[in-house]
Amino acid sequence: MHELAITQSMLDIVLEQAERAGAERILSVKLSVGDLSGFVEESVQFYFDFLVKDTIAEGASVSFTRVPAKARCRNCARVFTLKEFDWSCPGCGRDSIEITDGKELFVESIEVE
Amino acid sequence: MEIKVLKNILSANDEIAERNHALLEKNNVFAVNIMASPGAGKTSLILETIRRLKDKIRIGVIEGDITSSVDAEKVGKEGVPVVQINTGGGCHLDANMIQTALVNMALDDIDLLLIENVGNLVCPAEFTIGDHKKVLVSSTPEGHDKPFKYPLMFHTVDVVLLNKIDLKPYLDFDLETFSQAVKGINEKVEVFPISCTSGQGIDRWLSWLLIQMGRKP
Repeated sequence: MHELAITQSMLDIVLEQAERAGAERILSVKLSVGDLSGFVEESVQFYFDFLVKDTIAEGASVSFTRVPAKARCRNCARVFTLKEFDWSCPGCGRDSIEITDGKELFVESIEVE
Repeated sequence: MEIKVLKNILSANDEIAERNHALLEKNNVFAVNIMASPGAGKTSLILETIRRLKDKIRIGVIEGDITSSVDAEKVGKEGVPVVQINTGGGCHLDANMIQTALVNMALDDIDLLLIENVGNLVCPAEFTIGDHKKVLVSSTPEGHDKPFKYPLMFHTVDVVLLNKIDLKPYLDFDLETFSQAVKGINEKVEVFPISCTSGQGIDRWLSWLLIQMGRKP
């Protein structure tokens, strides 16, 4: 729902890093996105294409690495992938968890020339 | 050439949130970020909190809405300072909006700042704003499965106020399932059933709030 704001922040980071490296053009951007973040990939690409006009990132592609939501059971410490509408542990059956993965939202790397 | 970046996309927001927090600390203002779905009772909770505490502590309110100043007007009638933020379609408050609002709030004149976020259980969970505590107002008509649908929100908050508990007899709402689901994903969270209409449970919420502020309940 907030992809415009997120895409703008992402682009700020990407342009700053590219400038620091003295790059002339940004070819691609790799993002890491956790499944728990409310993040719609199609919207990001859409806003990105709009925001990069007249910047060195014009024409760059955006790719996403999805990080599955994972949790650690507070009872037996087993780490497992979270299912929807259920956080019971597949090992011991208890339903008290600590989220370990899935909140990620960062720029992994950029390809420049 | 590939450049490793590994930078959080929301880091710029987080940095402003840290500055907001420092400014609040410097002025001895305790800020509470109140989040909920639309219609769960955020404004009612704020009004009830003001009415019961305004003789004890000085309260200010930041009202975040997509549009309109209806809530700000209601709160203003209670005689406390209010700053309205209209996000103009934005689905959450961000640190930058709060930074601007804080400029317009006389921080010397308040002890407690209640920030009403935009009604939404997704985005407000991801944008830090610089508060001291996060409150989620959930309500019985929304159903007991909400924690499973919005795990990040329930995981993020310090207290869950289950509002409209007076309606429970008319609804298929399982309090045990709800509480267990909330505690399951957030071990430290407190869950208080309340009703802003009947007043049930409001004392527990206010005691909790005053204790967090380091005051006598």
